[in-house]
Amino acid sequence: MTKKEITRHDGRKWNETRTISAQAGVIPQADGSAVFTIGNSTAYAAVYGPQELHPRFMQNPKTGILRCHYNMLPFSGPGSRGRPGPNRRSQEISMVTQNALSPVVDLTDYPNSVVDVHIEFTQTDAGSRCAGICAAAIALADAGIVMKDLVSAVAVGHLDGTVVIDLDGEEEHFDGEVADIPIAIIPSTGEVTLLQMDGLTQPELIIEAIKRGREEIEVITKVQRDALLKKFSSEITGVQEAKTALKKILSEEKK
Amino acid sequence: MSQETLKTHLEEAFAKNIRTDGRKLLEFRNITIDRGVSSTAHGSARVRAGNAEIIAGVKIDVGTPYPDTPDEGALMVNAEFLAMSHRKHEGGRPGIDSIETARVIDRTIRESKSIDVKKLCLIPGEKILMVSVDIVPIAYDGNMIDLGTIAAMAALQDARIPTVHEDGSVDYENLTENPVPLSHLPIAVTVFKYDDMLVVDPTEVEERYYDARLTVGTLDDGTPCALQKGGSASFTVEEIEEIISLAQKKGDELRGLLK
Amino acid sequence: MTAKLHIQERQIVVPGQVLATGLEYLPSKGTYRHNDTIRANRIGLVQIDGKVIKTIPLAGRYLPKRGDTVVGRISDVLISGWRVDLHTMVDSVLSLKEATNEYIKRGEDLTRYFALDDWISCKITQVTSQNLVDVSMRGPGLFKLEGGTIIEVDSQKVPRIIGARGSMVRMLKKATDCNVVVGQNGVIWIKGEPDMEVIVIRSIRLIEQNSHLQGLTETIKEFLEDLTGNEVE
Repeated sequence: MTKKEITRHDGRKWNETRTISAQAGVIPQADGSAVFTIGNSTAYAAVYGPQELHPRFMQNPKTGILRCHYNMLPFSGPGSRGRPGPNRRSQEISMVTQNALSPVVDLTDYPNSVVDVHIEFTQTDAGSRCAGICAAAIALADAGIVMKDLVSAVAVGHLDGTVVIDLDGEEEHFDGEVADIPIAIIPSTGEVTLLQMDGLTQPELIIEAIKRGREEIEVITKVQRDALLKKFSSEITGVQEAKTALKKILSEEKK
Repeated sequence: MSQETLKTHLEEAFAKNIRTDGRKLLEFRNITIDRGVSSTAHGSARVRAGNAEIIAGVKIDVGTPYPDTPDEGALMVNAEFLAMSHRKHEGGRPGIDSIETARVIDRTIRESKSIDVKKLCLIPGEKILMVSVDIVPIAYDGNMIDLGTIAAMAALQDARIPTVHEDGSVDYENLTENPVPLSHLPIAVTVFKYDDMLVVDPTEVEERYYDARLTVGTLDDGTPCALQKGGSASFTVEEIEEIISLAQKKGDELRGLLK
Repeated sequence: MTAKLHIQERQIVVPGQVLATGLEYLPSKGTYRHNDTIRANRIGLVQIDGKVIKTIPLAGRYLPKRGDTVVGRISDVLISGWRVDLHTMVDSVLSLKEATNEYIKRGEDLTRYFALDDWISCKITQVTSQNLVDVSMRGPGLFKLEGGTIIEVDSQKVPRIIGARGSMVRMLKKATDCNVVVGQNGVIWIKGEPDMEVIVIRSIRLIEQNSHLQGLTETIKEFLEDLTGNEVE
C-alpha cells in the first residue's frame, strides 16, 4: 500500500536504518553491560543485580523486580547544555523502558531483589529510547538474567503517508504530515512491548507502520545477538600479554 | 598484636613496590584518549585507563556575565559519579565525592588561567560565552580527579565555538572553526599516602584504603595552580615538598598525552 | 513436522535463540519450549544429552545454595551473631553456635571473635524460598581469613577456577605457594608473597576470560610453569 519510494534527506531507502553497532561487556564493573549506537544516538547500559532492594516496602516477596533509569548526559542533546539529573521526560521514558523489557525477563528465582538497569546517552539524534532499550536488552543478557528473548526497538513512522523506518532528528521535524512511532518487539513472538506516537495520522497507517517495523527489526536483533556472541572468542586469548606483563615485573623484582 | 587486614596486607605488597595489577607505586596505568566521541557536544573526549573509562563533553552557550566581571566569559565544570559506572555509586543528587572532584578539576583549570575568559566576552556587561564541561565515568576504577582533568582538557582542546548571530542567538548546529582559547595545559596529579608510602593512580580497590591524598594542579612549566588535601590522615611538610615535585614530574608525563 | 537440531554441542547461544524444532527434543535448564520450538532463555553453552537440551550459564550473579562454601564479609554485629555479606542479593546470618566451639557468655563483646569487615570462609546451611540464608563455620576448611587479597569473579566461572576435583586451584596454589580460597559466590581470597599473588590474580582473570573454552588447564599449567619456574604436577 505505501511501498512507494520516497527520497529521504540522507539517501536511505524507506526500510533502511542508520548505521548500527553494538558491543557487550563494555563496563567491567557491572554485572552486564552494552553500548548500542544507531546513527548519532549512542546508549550505554549497565545492569547491576539481582541485588537487595531498598527501600524494603518496594520489595516483592514473589519475584525480583526490574528497575530502569534513563538519563541523557548534559551534552547529549541538541542545542544548549541540558540540566543534569532526572526530569519528567526521563522519568516517563524510564517507566516505558521498564515496561518494554519486563515481559521477557524472569526474576522469580530472586524474590525481594531488584535488577537495576542504568541507561546513559553520550549523544542523541532521535530514537534514543529505542537505542536505550536495545542496549539494555544486550546488557541484561550479558548479566546472565533469565529472559525468554531479547527485545529490539526502533522508531517507525510515516512521512506524508510513506512508511519509513528509524526516523532521525531531521525527519522528526519533517515539513508535512509526520508520525513518529517508537516500538519495541519481542523478536520470537512479534509481540509489541513499547508503543508511543506523536503526530497526526490514520489508524491504517499506524498498523501498517508497526507491521513493517516488525519485519525490518530483524537487522537490529541480529546486531544485538552478534554483540553478545562476539564477547566469547573461539580461541584462548590474553595469555601472551599476561605473560609478557608479568615477566617484566618478576625480572625487576629479582634485581 | 594487631591483626592483619586487607589494608595492612596491601601495604606489605606496596613496601615491596608491587601492586595487584603488576604496576609499581609511582606508575600510572596506560592512558588512551579519543576525541570527538559525541556529535552533540561542542567538544568531547574519552579517556581510558585500565578498567576506567571517563567521558567529558563541552557545551558552549551565550549568557549574561556576572555583575562583578562584566567583561569575562564563564567556565563551569561539573562531574557526576554515575550509578552506571560502579556498584558503590548511587543515583540521585551528586554526592560529596562528585562535588569535590568537580571543584578540584574546576580550580585546576580556572586558576591555571589557561582559558582567557576576556576572549569569551561578546558584549561587555551584556553577552558572554559560557563554557560548560561535564565529566562522567562510564566505568569507574579510581583516580577520578586526575583522569577527569585529562578528559576535560582533551574535550576543551576538541571544542569549537558555535556560530553566534548578531542578535545574540546561537546556532548550535553550525560550529565555527574557532577553538576555546587555551594558553596552558593544566594537569592534576593526586598522590595517595598509605602509611608512609606514596602511590599514584590507584584503582577503585586501592582507593578504599588510603590514609591521605594530595592533589597538585600544575601548569606546563611546573608552576602549581591548585592544591587539595583529602583523607583523614596528615602530611609532614617534607612529604608535601616531595609530593609537589612528584606531581610536577608526573604532570609532565601526562601532559605529553595531550600534545 | 520433523525434528531438527539448530545448534551443536558446546555452542554459545543467546536468549531467544532457536535450539531445536519439533516435539522430539526436550527442554531442560536454561531453555524453554514455545509451541514446537525450543529456545535458550539465558546466555550459555549448549549441552545435548540424547534428546535433552540444556545450557550451562556463562554469566549471572550468585544464587545461594545449601552446602556451598562461600567467602563473605562481616557486615554487621547482631545480638546473637553476625550478618555476613556474601556478594549476593541478601545478607546471610552466622549465629553464635555456628561460629565457634567456644562458650560465649550472654552480652559478651562479639567483635572479639569477628569484627566488622573481617572476612570468613563459611558454609551455607539453609536457604529459604525467600532467599534468607544461614551460614556456619563448623567444618573443615572454614576459618577467619586474615589479611590477604580479595577479588571478585562472576560466580558462573567458579567451577572452571576450581577445576575438575579441584585440579585448577591446586595447580595455582602449588605453583605460587599462595593460600587460595574460592567461594562458590565468586569471592576469592588469596594470600602469599605479593609477586606470587599477582600471578594468581592474573591466572584467575585468564580463566575467567576463557572459561567457555576447552584446554584451559593445559594453558594455565604452561603459563604458571613458565612464570614461576616451578613444576606444578
